[in-house]
Amino acid sequence: MKNLKQSLAVALWFIFLTFPLMVVKVNTSDQVVQWRWMNILWVGVTFFVLSFIWRYALVRKEARQMAALSGQDEHEKPTKFQELLEDQSLRYRLMLGLLAFALVFPWVFDTYQSTIMVSALIYVVLGLGLNITVGLAGLLDLGYVAFFAVGAYAYALLNHHFGLGFWTCLPLGAALGGIFGVILGFPILRLRGDYLAIVTLGFGMIVKVVLENWSEFSFGPSGIANIDRPSLFGLDMDIAASTTYIYYIMIALVILTIIVTGRLKNSRIGRAWIALREDEIACVAMGIDMAKTKMSAYALGACWAGMVGVVFAAKTTFINPASFTFMESAIILSIVVLGGMGSILGVILGAMILILMPEYLRAFSEYRMIIFGAAMVVMMIFRPQGIISNIRQKYEFKGLKEKSENV
Amino acid sequence: MSDTQKQVLLEVKGLTMDFGGLRAVDSIDLTVSAGEIAALIGPNGAGKTTFFNCVTGIYTPTGGDVLLHPQGKPTRRVNGKKPNVITTLGMARTFQNIRLFSDMTVLENVMIGRHCRTNTGLVGAILRGAAARREEQETVEFGYHLLEQVGLAEFANEYSKNLPYGAMRRLEIARAMATEPFLLLLDEPAAGMNPQETDELDALICRIRDEGKIAILLIEHDMKLVMNISDNIHVMEYGKKIATGTPQEIKDNPKVIEAYLGEEADA
Ligand SMILES: Nc1ncnc2c1ncn2[C@@H]1O[C@H](COP(=O)(O)OP(=O)(O)OP(=O)(O)O)[C@@H](O)[C@H]1O
Ligand SMILES: [Mg+2]
Repeated sequence: MKNLKQSLAVALWFIFLTFPLMVVKVNTSDQVVQWRWMNILWVGVTFFVLSFIWRYALVRKEARQMAALSGQDEHEKPTKFQELLEDQSLRYRLMLGLLAFALVFPWVFDTYQSTIMVSALIYVVLGLGLNITVGLAGLLDLGYVAFFAVGAYAYALLNHHFGLGFWTCLPLGAALGGIFGVILGFPILRLRGDYLAIVTLGFGMIVKVVLENWSEFSFGPSGIANIDRPSLFGLDMDIAASTTYIYYIMIALVILTIIVTGRLKNSRIGRAWIALREDEIACVAMGIDMAKTKMSAYALGACWAGMVGVVFAAKTTFINPASFTFMESAIILSIVVLGGMGSILGVILGAMILILMPEYLRAFSEYRMIIFGAAMVVMMIFRPQGIISNIRQKYEFKGLKEKSENV
Repeated sequence: MSDTQKQVLLEVKGLTMDFGGLRAVDSIDLTVSAGEIAALIGPNGAGKTTFFNCVTGIYTPTGGDVLLHPQGKPTRRVNGKKPNVITTLGMARTFQNIRLFSDMTVLENVMIGRHCRTNTGLVGAILRGAAARREEQETVEFGYHLLEQVGLAEFANEYSKNLPYGAMRRLEIARAMATEPFLLLLDEPAAGMNPQETDELDALICRIRDEGKIAILLIEHDMKLVMNISDNIHVMEYGKKIATGTPQEIKDNPKVIEAYLGEEADA
């Protein structure tokens, strides 16, 4: 009953808010005001229903939390979904299936689909890279796109001036990204939270402004065109073949990224990152060098951005500073947060959803940003840990247990 | 306890810490010797935790000296050194307000303690060669044995945030022990424990001293525990040290009774 009343109030409030927009229509040619009373009804009913669902979901969430609290041990009962994820054999089969699908993709679908997929895969790698900095080490970075720009411009300029090829520049881009990561890392070692966010935001802006204004170096806003696509033994490839080629390069890079981040996550270094995220003071008190740990997280996160920056330049064959705005940083960060901080599978899903959905929702393009925003708000309220929450590795002690019992 | 002159491990001379106008720690002298369990007691706000924070490098003291004498190694003056350097030298600590890594498993918390005694780097972790795998395995085994010692082995794969309170305190001790210290600083290890848990803790601390050959300096409000296990007790009040002695001497010290025990009797 209380819910009904509140939903009613919400509906009335929205009627009031949208009144000038939805009801009053001034017909300027006839100089008359039209009153579209029917719209009131629509707005009212829609928001009444929405608000009711909203409240119902909130109540259920609270009930679940209460249940978890009273049932002590089942603090965060893993959902069915999470349990399925932990099942190793299922996971391997799923991964094999995905891999097979990914490999035949360019032969089944047309070039346009492959192009879209390549951008999605680029964002997957960007997301996984940022996941090291933000998800694992807990260092908020709002200027991540700067490293992406470093990689892209590194390839574009080296290719333009010296004719260096894609494969030479790929590791160079990664290294340059890493070096810029260290350069940014130094001044922010002592910063935390909000301050860190602002400095990284500033760094992202600086890189973009430099690229826009230092025309002798970067060709300014007009950008660099005619960048070489990746070569394959000097073969001449048409656009379709080349797209397929880049697609496979990206698949390989994604697999590489998954393997590397997966291994790091459960290693001495990865644990240090997570400890740093969890509690900085306890972390240093346990003998972990904070400066080194932060640096490695920044540099390594930046590496991946530099690397896919090269692929991005090679794919579009044209880059200018407009591709590296704050919006990009925000999207990459959303991928990490929406997917689930620290979770590799989550970040991949997040990238796919955030990058592919807008492509396939072009029909609703006017409402795209609204849907996007609403999805984010709903996610953060009902599932703040992201689509897939991070699962820590479990260890086996069979041999160990017996050993210590025998002694 | 024993008559032979024990080697001094930690030597604090005239340690002072000012917060603006507040002198939280006021020229404290204190030593801890090998094989000793020392206690630091005093009323709330006496400056005990601040003393720990200065000694372990969380704060940089405004005056005085902190000297570490690791056995068989040269003496090191550590004030102003970073906490991780001090921990690596061999002095580990726990926290009064539990500071576990809550989104990591119990075992992983202990494995963090091994960080400064292992050395797989970025490249090693990515390539996962034989050396890295062996070290990882050793880390797991070392951590697991420590968990057995503090009675948490069955929770190894649980998230540390899901542990009951008393277990969290024991996990903090295990995590600090993983750094292989020669001196362990415990900040109110029995806080929030029931009498039975406190007895177990009592035994655990003695075991750490006897089997692990680790000296212990602990802050504690539980007088029964303190009187039971300490070889030496240091009493602080308003940042100053007002007494040092064996449990019996402290019990009979009129200054202490007035400042601390007397206050407690009123309450
Ligand atoms: N970071 C700080 N900044 C300013 N004042 C501080 C700071 N830390 C501690 N103090 C002050 O120093 C004094 C000593 O505090 P401390 O925490 O060391 O006491 P304590 O002996 O550990 O007390 P308790 O038994 O309650 O833990 C207190 O008055 C406290 O307010
Ligand atoms: Mg204290």
